[in-house]
Amino acid sequence: MSADASAAVPSGPDRRPPGWRAWALLAPMVLWLLLFVVVPAAILFVYSFCERDEVGGVIFTFTWENYQRVLDPVYLRIFLRSIGYAGLTTLLCVVLGYPVAYYIARAGEQRRNQLLLLVMVPFWTSFLIRTYAWITILKQEGLLNGLLQSLHLTVTPLSLLYTPTAVVIGLVYAYLPFMILPIYGSAEKLDHALVEAAYDLGAGPLRAFSSVIIPLTMPGIAAGTLLVFVPAIGMFAITDLMGGAKVPMIGNVIQNQFMQARDWPFGAALGVVFMLMFALTYVLLQRRGARLAA
Amino acid sequence: MKKCTLPTAFPFQAPRPRLPSGIVLLHRTLGFWTALVFGFLYLPIVILVVYSFNASRLNILWAGFTLDWYVRLLENGPIIRAAKNSLIIASISTLLAVILGTVGAWLLHRYRFRLARSIQTLVAIPMVMPEILMGISLLILFATIGFNLGFTTVIIGHVTFSFPFVLVAVQARLQGLDPALEEAALDLGATPLQSFWFVILPCLRPAIVAGALMAFTLSMDELIVTFFTRSAASTTLPIQVFGLARVGLNPMLNALSAVFILATVAFVLFSAYLRKLNHR
Repeated sequence: MSADASAAVPSGPDRRPPGWRAWALLAPMVLWLLLFVVVPAAILFVYSFCERDEVGGVIFTFTWENYQRVLDPVYLRIFLRSIGYAGLTTLLCVVLGYPVAYYIARAGEQRRNQLLLLVMVPFWTSFLIRTYAWITILKQEGLLNGLLQSLHLTVTPLSLLYTPTAVVIGLVYAYLPFMILPIYGSAEKLDHALVEAAYDLGAGPLRAFSSVIIPLTMPGIAAGTLLVFVPAIGMFAITDLMGGAKVPMIGNVIQNQFMQARDWPFGAALGVVFMLMFALTYVLLQRRGARLAA
Repeated sequence: MKKCTLPTAFPFQAPRPRLPSGIVLLHRTLGFWTALVFGFLYLPIVILVVYSFNASRLNILWAGFTLDWYVRLLENGPIIRAAKNSLIIASISTLLAVILGTVGAWLLHRYRFRLARSIQTLVAIPMVMPEILMGISLLILFATIGFNLGFTTVIIGHVTFSFPFVLVAVQARLQGLDPALEEAALDLGATPLQSFWFVILPCLRPAIVAGALMAFTLSMDELIVTFFTRSAASTTLPIQVFGLARVGLNPMLNALSAVFILATVAFVLFSAYLRKLNHR
């Protein structure tokens, strides 16, 4: 091993082929991932073709019945509703978060670091606590109703919680930081000379935004969408707390199959469909990101 | 990419063109929007904390300052038990996550493994996979092999989603490390293990601490995977909070939330400090 060898490969370290010791040291990590990520997913897949017995046990057979049930209009509607809510959440997060991310990326270094810290606190604060904050505000005996009543704007308390609006507020509030940070990541890398070039060529701010800034920050929007859209589809805790049982989402149905209803094969089938949706979104966004990067 | 700049002493420099008013207006609007969004993000949290000191039971009217809710929190058996469980689970899973993540990052960095790309993809999956899918598939795994749910199963779940974060943090640090460091150690007669222990590991310390903090925080806050892999005895704090929040308003929850928020602020500030060290 000489300095010449590492100089020949300037990118990355001078890597050696692993001996058996290196493999033995890596083995626990690889086994951990196989045992607790790959194998469980495979078992989930197998379960989705099984049947349940009367007491909630699992009979190992082969049936398409669970997938036929997924196509039942009742569940199809829940799937579509979840996608709709998650889509709306994602859209609102982009609309609310994009200008913030862009503003932070364009700020001076010290101010930028301060603003980033301000995004980090909600980012790392448990979504459960932040959802509870909205419950204290929206509940019938909560703060907003108290305020409205003390101002004599309303006599009877309004039912603000357990509404579709409350669910969307809860989801947007929980996921907004997860959209701001990735967009900030790509807005920070944006070469501002390109934007100035657009201005010099006579583009107005809106034109420069739509044909230069947005396309160049698309990878950030794609990454944010992956962090917001897919988790929001399956998030049962926020829909449970903010929507009551009124607006069940796919996450609530899956949770219910595994806990109360004890129909694991059907829950597994729903899980497999959700996993396919996740994989599809992932691939689509990756491809889009790759195309834009090229 | 270096930008060409005119020398400032250039005698016939044209006056710097003023930015079109539209752009200035746009920037002001962006600033205003940012302030509004931060208001939206912070107002509920601030209200939550403020009302944890309100003497009356969740009334819009301020009835005086009290620490009563905090005292009751400390006297609440189930919450304290859940908090203890959470701390135990977070400590053990952080330790395991740090070991798996640090060793994994170093090996993937140092050696040319076959399938290295596939392994890297496999590591990324738990970070992006929806938690509910991880929760139900782990539940099915444990049911299939007949492993009783409890502390072990919760810890397994937590390690699975948290060690990739440690691995990525350490990998980022390794990328900036001078390969000559290890070579010098080896040339001076250290074994690969010694050079890792005495040379590489100390350099990685800020990244490891940052990764450990992340793993600990993720574990303390985790609800969904825990929901599917816990038993009654291994109930964690988030599970307890979820149960209480479902029932209704409870000023004790405000107090508990305030403690969590304070811990998060401390964590964020400390992480920022570590990042500064990392860049040094």
